[in-house]
Amino acid sequence: MTAARVQDEITRTHREQWARVVAALTRRFGDLDIAEEAAAEAFVAAVERWPVDGVPPNPGAWLTTTATRKAIDRIRRENKRYDKHKEAHVVYDNDPSEPFGAVDDEVLRLIFTCCHPALAMQTRVALTLRMVGGLTVPEIARAFLVSETTMGRRVTRAKDKIRVARIPYRVPATKDLPARVSGVLAVLYLVFNEGYLASGPDTDPVRLDLTAEAIRLTRLLRELLPQDGEVAGLLALMLLTEARSRARVSASGELIALDEQDRKAWDSAQIAEGHRLVRERLLAGVAPGRYQILAAINAVHTSARDMRDTDWSQVVALYDQLTRLDPSPIVALNRAIALAELDGPEVALAAVDRLGETLTGYHAFHVTRAELLRRLGRSDRSRAAYDRAIELAGNSAEIAALSRRRDQLAPPSDR
Amino acid sequence: MQYLISVIDDGTGPETATEDAAIDVFNDRLKAEGYWVFAGGLGTPDPATVVDNRGAEVVVTDGPFLESKEYLVGFWIIQAPDLDVALELAAEGSKACNRKIEVRPFL
Repeated sequence: MTAARVQDEITRTHREQWARVVAALTRRFGDLDIAEEAAAEAFVAAVERWPVDGVPPNPGAWLTTTATRKAIDRIRRENKRYDKHKEAHVVYDNDPSEPFGAVDDEVLRLIFTCCHPALAMQTRVALTLRMVGGLTVPEIARAFLVSETTMGRRVTRAKDKIRVARIPYRVPATKDLPARVSGVLAVLYLVFNEGYLASGPDTDPVRLDLTAEAIRLTRLLRELLPQDGEVAGLLALMLLTEARSRARVSASGELIALDEQDRKAWDSAQIAEGHRLVRERLLAGVAPGRYQILAAINAVHTSARDMRDTDWSQVVALYDQLTRLDPSPIVALNRAIALAELDGPEVALAAVDRLGETLTGYHAFHVTRAELLRRLGRSDRSRAAYDRAIELAGNSAEIAALSRRRDQLAPPSDR
Repeated sequence: MQYLISVIDDGTGPETATEDAAIDVFNDRLKAEGYWVFAGGLGTPDPATVVDNRGAEVVVTDGPFLESKEYLVGFWIIQAPDLDVALELAAEGSKACNRKIEVRPFL
């Protein structure tokens, strides 16, 4: 095997086995810290050994064995420290959670622990990317634009809280499962969105490394919870969103809105997979949750050849369905955008203006108003709305696009 | 594992008879199911006195060490196997006493 092939094999194994190795070690040693460090050391050993000895026949087993040995070495070395830890092992309850297989069960425990509601959202994100995704602390720090020290502290503090406050290492009881799964999905969706519309002023507008990681982890969760409609829904939503990423930024680095995108640049394989998942959920005949409805909305968009061809009445109907689950002003804003295509910008603007009180600090609210006012020929008011949107937007590609659209308006009237 | 469940008053005011009754029901459950260790009510921090004897002489100060609109008005100490159980009980306690609650593990 060539050095490059071995390197590919290590990368692939890291992607597929990291969470399993960490989960297996957490079970064995009852300590997330020891599990994480030993897993990392085992991968370092693989990088050293595999090019010389060849890739072992069962890479996952090799890594778990090597990591276990590293963990035992460390415990011997720091005997005292581990004794102190022993009293505060992670709370591992041995009742098998029936519907899941042994390995799946281990990884699920890891995911649910990292996404525990007693941890702050940004902490859950960091811990999940580290412990389940296998990203390094510097990688996560770069992704969320904080210093390595800050991110390192965040991860350490989370592991300490899990141990000290006794956050249990278990798959939640059936009655708590839907709420806890939706907590995990919120973490994954946040990672995806940070990649899809990076919030920093100087980052790439779309960061495919983060969206790809979010999709990968959602796929993993779907393997573990194949019956869960919302997991399938989120995966479909991510695929149907990511499919459009190539058409979303222009050569000059501007964000391109849906109506101006070159639909031929969309990824047809991702769209096909997303549509398949949406159809599967429709056939399941179970009332859909919010991710499934959002995925269905995106399925309508990605089925259309262009804006005019889009089945807007279907989109509005889906937003109505979503409003019943989640009557938030953001959902109402998105519904109004679809309504503009169905009933015209005047009707939509009236609906948007009703949201002014709650959404005045949200840039998408002002973008929507600016676009609707432009279509109604009210250039002065449209310009003011673009100005406000540009002030509030964080993503430089989006600011570039908004500035261009603003500057295309009729020149200001003399007053 | 023992947890301190602190009851925080953020302007709720004095306890009502309904809250009292609900707290009694909750306390009975804690005792019946083996979670109960201890509990107590403190009221407002107005009658507090701060004592500092780290220096040459004792310094006694009238009033709480922290002036705040939010203050500790009471607490439970419970015995629970893990944080999930503690949080579930805390949620019930918060409903009973109609106040927000902080859960902290003892070392």
